[in-house]
Formats: sequence, structure tokens, C-alpha cells
Amino acid sequence: MDIINNYGFVLIVVAAAVGFLMAWGIGANDVANAMGTSVGSKALTIKQAILIAMVFEFAGAYLAGGEVTSTIRKGIIDASYFVDTPELLVYGMISALFAAGVWLAFASYLGWPVSTTHSIVGAIVGFAAVGVSSDAVAWGKVGGIVGSWIITPAISGFIAFLIFQSAQKLIFDTDKPFANAKRYVPFYMGLAGFVMALVTIKKGLKHVGLDIPADQGYYIAIGIAVLVGIVGRWFISRIKLDANAQKDMQFANVEKVFAVLMIVTACCMAFAHGSNDVANAIGPLAAVVSIVESGGEIGKKAALVWWILPLGGIGIVAGLALFGHRVIATIGNGITHLTPSRGFAAELAAACTVVIASGTGLPISTTQTLVGAVLGVGMARGIAALNLGVVRNIVISWVITLPAGAGLSIIFFFMIKGIFAP
Amino acid sequence: MPINSFLGVFAKSPLKPLEDHINLVDKCSKGLLPFFQAVYAQDWKTAQETQKNISQLEKQADVIKRELRISLPVGIFMPIQRQDVLDLLTQQDKIANKAKDISGRILGRQLVIPVELQDSFMTYLKRCLDATNQATKVINELDDLLETGFKGRELRLVEDMIERLDEIEDDTDTIQISLRRSLLALEKDLNPVDVMFLYSIIEWVGELADISERVGSRLELMLAN
Repeated sequence: MDIINNYGFVLIVVAAAVGFLMAWGIGANDVANAMGTSVGSKALTIKQAILIAMVFEFAGAYLAGGEVTSTIRKGIIDASYFVDTPELLVYGMISALFAAGVWLAFASYLGWPVSTTHSIVGAIVGFAAVGVSSDAVAWGKVGGIVGSWIITPAISGFIAFLIFQSAQKLIFDTDKPFANAKRYVPFYMGLAGFVMALVTIKKGLKHVGLDIPADQGYYIAIGIAVLVGIVGRWFISRIKLDANAQKDMQFANVEKVFAVLMIVTACCMAFAHGSNDVANAIGPLAAVVSIVESGGEIGKKAALVWWILPLGGIGIVAGLALFGHRVIATIGNGITHLTPSRGFAAELAAACTVVIASGTGLPISTTQTLVGAVLGVGMARGIAALNLGVVRNIVISWVITLPAGAGLSIIFFFMIKGIFAP
Repeated sequence: MPINSFLGVFAKSPLKPLEDHINLVDKCSKGLLPFFQAVYAQDWKTAQETQKNISQLEKQADVIKRELRISLPVGIFMPIQRQDVLDLLTQQDKIANKAKDISGRILGRQLVIPVELQDSFMTYLKRCLDATNQATKVINELDDLLETGFKGRELRLVEDMIERLDEIEDDTDTIQISLRRSLLALEKDLNPVDVMFLYSIIEWVGELADISERVGSRLELMLAN
């Protein structure tokens, strides 16, 4: 107890610093990946992508980001083990953030798209199991995460498959693809707007002090969806038909319509990502702050201190703006045959999955949903070629993320414990 | 793993190189037109230049062929069968090879096409090149086929195109028969060795159309999977 009272401020500052590092890493690697498909399909320029990511990541983090925090904080480790020694939990959370941040930096350097969620989960499990007691870990929840390696990509792959197929049926496989694209694409935009709005209303707005009843929330979400659709329709109506589209193939023009849609899904993706992954950086940070501020008491549900969410949001945006452009640039040149229509199916599906999961509090990884969605579009015969060897490597990197995060956090935990120990 | 391996998930698409390849092949075989004009005029210098051009295009096509073969390892998931892509590529490549062989053989022997045959031979050549051109058009539809997930309206359109390709090939067969008959009538006045070579040239030119048709039917098989 003395340690927390004596070093409370130092601990908060250290936790904030490593939390920022973690958020930075998320922005530099994960967000860049998430924006990759838009840039790769040439629907957005790199500058536009960064701008969109900045605005919507922050919005997602701030408006819909609170829910996952509690899952990571309370679900994976049993807080009752720390009641007598709250400082251990503080050390542990700091070392977890540090471990995950370091692992993320290392993986980004090697180009591994590891899951930020799983690095933080691995790190928390690591210090709890070794530093405290293996009973302190809710192993059932960890099992659920291992299960999510299969389930999450499967869900988003399935959604992507459905979206792509519906676009095929409604637009591409018709006599007038361009006219049909103009007619139906606003509905896809509305769908994206609906999912985003719904999650924001249902889960996020509590944090900014608004509480809207459920049925009203649906109406508002539908209203926003319609609004997004109308604005989208206006943008689409400004697209000019290419002169040489007089032949019966109009797909080049259809892709232009989808490029507009792609902008909406890119926003959606950034929003979803912000809502889900900011929690990875701020969850442990919030735990540290609440313990320190209450003088060592581990509360059942600590309120987020006001500065924590913005700190995570700014960290992600800064990481993206200063580091992300390199990753995105390689993406822009690297992809072949990823057109807006295919990219959109993958991105909208991934965004939906993340947003839904974020709403239900599942700690899933954006990277996994994207990989799953890309596979789904591939299965629907949409993407010309997928490199399954790379998919396998990515899955392997997911698997080693848990032990790597755990190992690092164990090391850091004993280091920090040694530093602060009386 | 390469830098930024998430994007490595998207493998290099085989369709674009396939299109690039046949476009080159088409250009290569079209080189036969100026070549034969030079041969008719017995302007062997120009003929040599155009022949060089043909063989250069053939080499460029070979480069694409090799790259595509290397870039299609087993672990790549494609909307079309790997083996089909490679087969298609092999067929496409044969067109360029044949064009090079025809021009090379004629130039090597400075083979003169008898004046009486020149007009009908040119018609024949043009019709065969029509077939190659049609095959090129079909392959260039692959992109749009992919867009529609290889089914529906676009698929029917491509099937129609392949059917037209078959008709062109039928035409060339008819012309070939009459061309042979005309050559038979001239045979006794010509150098027998030249006649032998003329027959084989006529056959080879016909093969341009045959192989083009085979490209179409390979594609058809591919779409049937």
C-alpha cells in the first residue's frame, strides 16, 4: 500500500508513457494495415487515407471505445488475487503495456501483422500467471481468445462472402451494371452508416454522458443510415460516364462508383478499429490509474479518467501520421488486382465484424478480421490470387504473439518489481 | 516473411500477365503482315528487319511467360485452376513461336511465294491472324470475367466470343484447302523442294488459327470448372 501512496504519481506517469508507446505502435502498424486495402485499390490517396484514419480512429476511440476496456481489465485475470497487493497489479499492467509495445515494435519492424489485442492479452496473462499465481488467470477466457483465431476470421470471411455475392447479383452480373451500381451502392453506404451509428449509440455514447434508450437508438441509427445513403447518392450522381463505356462492358465505371463507397468503408474501418483497439492501450492504463487514485483499492468498475481515452486516440493518430505512411506506401504499390469493389467487400465485412465484436465486448483483432475478410472475398472468386503461404505465416505469427507477449511481460514485471520493491 | 506481410496475402494476380502475354503474342504474329509484304516484293532486307522484330517480340513474350510460371507457386489460391493458367500460357506462347518459325523459315530459304498464290495467301494469312486477334480479345475479357465471379452475363459473352473464334478457324480451314488446290495446279512448274516448303508454310500459318482456337477452348475448359 505504501508504494502506491508514495509513488502514485510516478506510476501513473510511467503507465501513461508506456500506454502512449503502445498506442503509437497500434497506429503505425495496425491502422496502416487497415487502410491498406483502400490505398491499394487506388480509391484513396495516401494523404486522404491518413486524414480519414485520423478523424475516424479518434472518433471511434472516443465515441465507441469504452466497452472492450473492461473485458481486458477484468475478464482475463481475477482481481480478487490482488486485493492485498494492489501494487502487483499496477506493476503488472505497466509491464504488460511495455511488453506489448515492445513486441509490437519488433513485429512491425519485421513486417508481421500481429494482433495488438493478443499481445496485450498475452502480456497480462504472462505476468499474472508467473508473477502472481496461475489461478489468477481466467483460463477459460484465454481459451476463448485461442478460439477467436478461427472464429473471427470465419465470421468476417462469411460476411465478406455475402457482401461480395450480393454485389455480384445486384450489380455486376446484370445487363446494366453502371445503372445498377448507382441504384444499389447507396444502400451499402447506408448499411455501413447503420452499423457504425448503432454501435456508437448503444455502446459508446455513455462515455460522453449521453444515454439513449434502445428503441430510440435504432431510429437514430436508421436515420443516420438514410442520411449517409443520400449523401453517398449525391456523390455518385456526380460521376461521369466514360466515353468508351458505350460497349457493353461498363465495369471501369462501376468501379468508380465503388471507389466512392470505398471511402465510406474506409471511414467505417477506421472507426471500428479505433473503437476496438484503443482499448488495448488504455485498458491497462485505466486500471493503473483507478488503483492509484483510489489509494490501492481495486474497484469493481472504475470510471475512465477523462484524459485516458484522448491519450490513446492521440497516440494512435500520431503513430499513424508519423510512421504509418511508409507502411501504407508499400501497400499502395504491392497489391495487384484489388479493385474498389473487392476491397470494399473485404473492408466493410471486417468493419462490421470489429464493430459487432466491439459492441459485445469480445477482444478480437482487426488484423484477423481483415485477413478473414480478404479470404472471404477470395473464396467468392473476387480476388485474382491469394498467397496462402503468407496466410499461414500470418496465422503462425498470431499464435506466437501470446507466448511472446507473456514472456516479455514476465521479464518486465520482475524488473519493475525489483525497482520499486522496498 | 516480406516486409508488411499482411499485404503479402494478395499474391500477384496471374490474369494481368496473361493478358500482357497474349497482347505481345498478337503483336508478334501481326508482324507477319509487313513481313510477307516484304517477301512478296522480294525485299529481303526489309524482310530481315521485320523478322528480327517478330523474334524480338517473341522473346519479350517468353520473359513474361517465365515470370508468370515462377510467380505461380503451389500455395496460391486463385479463382481459376493453376494448371489451367499454365496450360493457357503454353498455348499462347506457341502462337508466337509459330510466327517466329514461319518468318524464320521463309527468310532462311528466301522462299518466294508464287505470284498466282499471293492474293489468296494474303487473305488466308489475314484470316488466320483474325483468329489470333479474336483469341487476344477473349483473353482480355478475363479481367471482366473476374469482376463477375466467372458467371452470368459476362460468361455468356465470352462463350459467344469463343464460338466466333471457332467460326473463324473453320473459315481458315476452307481457305487452306483451296490454297492447297491452287498450289497443286502450279506444282509442276515449281522447284519441288520449294513446293514442299510452301506446303508446310501453308500448314504453319493455318496452325496460327488452330492454336488460337485451342486458346479459346482452354479458356472454355477453365470456365467450366
